[in-house]
Amino acid sequence: MKAKADFPIFANNPGLHYLDSAATSQKPKAVIDAVVDFYENSNANPHRGAYALSVEATDRYDAARKRVAQFVGLSDPDALIFTRGTTESINLVATAWGRANVESGDEIVITALEHHANFVPWQQLAIQKQARLRICDLTPDHRIDLDCLSSLISAKTKIVAINHVSNALGTINPVEEIVHITRGKSDAIVVCDGAQGVPHLRVGFDDLGVDFYAFSGHKMCGPMGIGGLIGRRAMLDAMPPYQMGGDMIEFVYDESTTWNVLPHKFEAGTPNAANAVGLAAAADYLDGIGMDEVLRHERSLMSEAHRRLAEIEGVRIYGPDPSMRSGVVSFTMGDVHPHDLATILDGDGVCIRAGHHCAQPLMRRLDVPATARASFYVYNDQDDIDALVDGVHKAKEIFGHAAV
Amino acid sequence: MQPSDRSAQISALYQEMILDHYRRPRNKGEIENPDETIVMKNPLCGDEITIQVRYEGDQVADVGFVGRGCSISQASASMMTQLIKGKKREEIDTLRTRFRDMVMGNESNASDSSLGSLRALSGVSKFPARVKCALLAWNALEEAQRKR
Repeated sequence: MKAKADFPIFANNPGLHYLDSAATSQKPKAVIDAVVDFYENSNANPHRGAYALSVEATDRYDAARKRVAQFVGLSDPDALIFTRGTTESINLVATAWGRANVESGDEIVITALEHHANFVPWQQLAIQKQARLRICDLTPDHRIDLDCLSSLISAKTKIVAINHVSNALGTINPVEEIVHITRGKSDAIVVCDGAQGVPHLRVGFDDLGVDFYAFSGHKMCGPMGIGGLIGRRAMLDAMPPYQMGGDMIEFVYDESTTWNVLPHKFEAGTPNAANAVGLAAAADYLDGIGMDEVLRHERSLMSEAHRRLAEIEGVRIYGPDPSMRSGVVSFTMGDVHPHDLATILDGDGVCIRAGHHCAQPLMRRLDVPATARASFYVYNDQDDIDALVDGVHKAKEIFGHAAV
Repeated sequence: MQPSDRSAQISALYQEMILDHYRRPRNKGEIENPDETIVMKNPLCGDEITIQVRYEGDQVADVGFVGRGCSISQASASMMTQLIKGKKREEIDTLRTRFRDMVMGNESNASDSSLGSLRALSGVSKFPARVKCALLAWNALEEAQRKR
């Protein structure tokens, strides 16, 4: 794949080995151009003005919604709510659906593999409602233990919240199977954190079977500050609004208000139209490569990185077999702290993430304070693997030994 | 920045003195009858340190630390505990200010002999993302003194 040339950041930063796409991806020129084009040619407040420019801005915003809905396999574009990203999307469900439907004594099931964004909102909802938060354990190779999950779900379960792909380990989770288990034992809704799903896999919301799916634009070559929540129309219709303000109302009386139709009911205030247009351009860009090719490319690089890192004495890699992962390899090396590893790699232009990856409950279960994480995407190549492996050897040299 | 500059800065950061304190931390472990026990976390990375201090009058009679973290935070804690034993509160305040200035980029403090072995951490100033690591133990100590 020759995608690197599509991303201006690499021409502007020679020698950059960007291996932190699980945190945020780089942006292709086509996406940057689309955002600039909106501001230079079509900028006005959508849904507001009676003049032609506002109509054009509205049309471009609506077209972006249709394009992104198509990208995530959603046949009903009005069931795609544009949000700031995954975090806001999950908070929207926890707040609007959760407050209206969860009661004392109910149970919420999550897993030990969740990002804090799919952990803390449910934990806090449980505390507020005196509901019980139940955390599903992992298998020895750090996959969701489906037997454990099955044992936790019962008629008391109101919400099952799981991630599509783990940000910390890259584990691709069997979402359809989890939906099947949930439906067989409860009337719970299934909420899926797709932040690491949409950028790497062909997602088909209509076929996946979940009730809500959250994702971020900035991890899939799109701009920061735009993402989506997809929901089933009947549920979104029945839910109370999340934020109040302009655009989300129908009529405002002195004593009461009626709500606008979907998707506007959940999009209070001026929308992030330019970045929605940018996100649609990101969908075009990824489709141009083909999502099957995206996953094949990143997994092939990750597998080789995995193999070469595993050969280094003292390196320990977390997560299941590479065939069950996206382009993420999470590891530690002896007693060299991941932060030291990241600093030494940075010295050679290699950007990796070191830390708890916003997954402290997982880190406790792995019994490490932190890991080093390299994540591969469309623009990475063989040179990036070489630089990563060389950097890890260098760190080992600096620290002088490989005590385990 | 040229890659070679960065490489030199990495070498300056990971001096043998720092690696030695990381591998063989001094005063690591709980002390007897501490007057103050402070737990401090670095929310960025999840690293955690516990500092215990026992005073005799205005002087630090004993100090120890427990926790896990990167070489910078562990070496900084180890060297700090060595330096402050027997020191008075005002002396420690002065050292903390000088140390903080040094890791935030005041180069003249890197040759301040009162900082002793802590001068080995002057290279941290070139790594803004690691300044918090170097300051973690000192911030915990400041909290211990504030509570007293």
